[in-house]
Amino acid sequence: MSSVRAAAILLAKELRLELRTRELLNATVVFALVVVVLFSFAFDPTPADSRRFGPGLLWIAFLFAGSLMLHPSFTREQSNSTLDALRMAPVSAFAILLGKMMANFVFLMLAEAVLMPVFAVLYNVPLVEIAGRLFVVLLLGTLGLAATGTMFSAVSAHARMRELLLPLLLLPILAPLLIAAVESTAALFAKQPEFDRTWVAFLAGFDIVFLTASWLLCDFLMEE
Amino acid sequence: MKLRVALTAVAAALVIYAGYAALFVAPDERTMHEVQRIFYFHLPAWINSFTAFAIVFVANIAYLATRRPKWDALGVAAAEVGVAACSIGLITGPLWARPVWGIWWTWDARLTTTFILWLLYVSYLLLRGLIEDPQRRASLSAVFGIFAFLDVPLVYMSNRLWRTQHPQPVILGGQGSGLDPTMAKVLLVCVIAMFGVMLLVLTDRYRLERLRYELDELRQTMETRRLDSPSASEKGGM
Repeated sequence: MSSVRAAAILLAKELRLELRTRELLNATVVFALVVVVLFSFAFDPTPADSRRFGPGLLWIAFLFAGSLMLHPSFTREQSNSTLDALRMAPVSAFAILLGKMMANFVFLMLAEAVLMPVFAVLYNVPLVEIAGRLFVVLLLGTLGLAATGTMFSAVSAHARMRELLLPLLLLPILAPLLIAAVESTAALFAKQPEFDRTWVAFLAGFDIVFLTASWLLCDFLMEE
Repeated sequence: MKLRVALTAVAAALVIYAGYAALFVAPDERTMHEVQRIFYFHLPAWINSFTAFAIVFVANIAYLATRRPKWDALGVAAAEVGVAACSIGLITGPLWARPVWGIWWTWDARLTTTFILWLLYVSYLLLRGLIEDPQRRASLSAVFGIFAFLDVPLVYMSNRLWRTQHPQPVILGGQGSGLDPTMAKVLLVCVIAMFGVMLLVLTDRYRLERLRYELDELRQTMETRRLDSPSASEKGGM
């Protein structure tokens, strides 16, 4: 069985699992909303401030939510030793990782799709005209978050205090992604929306570097 | 052991001389005066931390390729030394910046990159502390170490595009750069002295880690033996 097909089957399994309960998605969306609301209490932004701080707030909320929601990705497999079963199946370690990465990517994108309109209303951002370009930025940023986050959730799954450890490992690594994502989102939220090619290219570069590294190193994560 | 003592003595002498040279031999800097002398400490610290983190990266890759515990020991030793040197850089930097720039800290490319670097390797050490099984600890932390090192150029590039304020490199920095010859000599002494100290600490830490590993192994063999023949251990016949 090819890795891509195996990954697709695993993706379907992850989606089915999540859509039955929807607990991860619901919790993520509510958590990100809490961050957004608390931010406006903490800084009491004027409309001009919202335009200036909005993109940063948005990505901080996504990154925090992501670093919490990616955690069950591997620990969920531990309670019934299902990861061992997956490893015994004749599929590569990368296929397992890729399936989980894609699933996490889909979950994060879904959560963002729910959050964006709410955010636009609360922070007065006109979304309709920039929707297409914003989608590209969200796509690249979320891909990097899902790729590194899934990788590290496999790392932290074997440690003590893993709930705390995942954000600790993940967030510093994501610093360049945060800067690039915030800058390209800010260019789109400006009065004259602009698609900042440099930062979008940087986001794509980040994704390529860490997807390649995950592909090269994933065998070492899954061994027993 | 004699070599070790001799090397320590040489390093100690060098450090004392370097301290003296930085404070009394090096000429006064025209605009910054005395506070500039911290530079003789700051730059070597940065060189040390960067070298140490590069060693961590090499050790991580070597561990994953060969699975020999010595590479894991080198990785943790270098990471600890690197974090210590990086902390020195991060502390001496603001001490200098406050009188010269008028602020303790600024979110400039090099400063931010170093800070993130420090955070990444502190996380690396934390991660190691939180995994029990030695083999798993070694391979998982090696994977994280490689990710962390790959992240460094990205952090630097993103911050470079974002903003930068750190003084441009004075040595090898193109036209108009360059140090007073005496300053350069003093700096060289300081770099060598601090580098020597780092290597000594690194080898000691490495040796300690190897001893710990051996001790763990011995303990495990003893445990298994005791389990195999419980009566023998009671008679004291290990």
